[in-house]
Amino acid sequence: MSQHDQAHQDHGIKPYVIGFVLAVILTVIPFWLVMSGSMDKVTTLWTIVIFAVVQIAVHLKYFLHLSLTTEEGKMNTFTFLFSALIIVLVVGLSVWILYASNAMMMG
Amino acid sequence: MSTSVMNHDAHEHEHHDSGSTTLFGFWMYLMTDCILFASVFATYAVLFMNTAGGPAGHDIFELDYVLIETFALLFSSITYGFAMIGANRGNKQVTLLWLAVTFVLGAVFIGMEINEFAHLIHEGFGPQRSAFLTAFFSLVGMHGLHVTAGLIWMVALMLEVKNRGLSPRTVTRVGCLSLFWHFLDVVWICVFTVVYLMGTVQ
Repeated sequence: MSQHDQAHQDHGIKPYVIGFVLAVILTVIPFWLVMSGSMDKVTTLWTIVIFAVVQIAVHLKYFLHLSLTTEEGKMNTFTFLFSALIIVLVVGLSVWILYASNAMMMG
Repeated sequence: MSTSVMNHDAHEHEHHDSGSTTLFGFWMYLMTDCILFASVFATYAVLFMNTAGGPAGHDIFELDYVLIETFALLFSSITYGFAMIGANRGNKQVTLLWLAVTFVLGAVFIGMEINEFAHLIHEGFGPQRSAFLTAFFSLVGMHGLHVTAGLIWMVALMLEVKNRGLSPRTVTRVGCLSLFWHFLDVVWICVFTVVYLMGTVQ
């Protein structure tokens, strides 16, 4: 059997190193922002959320090898996107409903 | 045209061992696990303001400590990557070495988390103190339980690699734990952002 027929593709060392360097940068900056308190609250919150989303994307691409080019990568990516949709519904709507009802009871 | 495409597909499948199906199945399990974590995150988001006169996040979180924990887990991600590369290339010693390094880093993470929990409980800020602390211990503890399960699995896998070598079946198992381990790192990004960083911003 040739190398190509194996279920596991050898991605090599490169994606792990790129992913790791990006992950370190994307971890250190939000921690530094919060620890130094150099921005106002709302800006800091939005910035750390954006950094988290980008870091998740980096991990998915470089460590979990999600891609839209290989057949296996596609399968995994679409199952992930479907789960992400469910999560947005579960978390987003729960938080929305409960915060709204909380505000009404306080008001 | 379409039959020839289908024949081609069937032909491809005959040559594939079941490894890729196993990995896809395991990925599906991880996605359901994602939804479990999402429910606990939703619970935390709803309860975190209910401190019942007890401490809030910014009173008890030590970010420099959490940063070290985060780095232990992040380093373990790349070292697991090296173990995976070793397994794919059939190099038993390299695989075992990097699995061992990953195990140590994972153990450091769990050790630090247990220490943090013990410290909080000792100060009287256990999960029974307030709804916030219940949600905090549930969410962070659930991630910790997953990491602990991963560590136990890693020991079993190291024994398997050591005793049976890197057969295709074993490499598939190394691949499954790889998905599990990197997935837990992704969940940790959400934990440190939502719990520790957002909890500290005031």
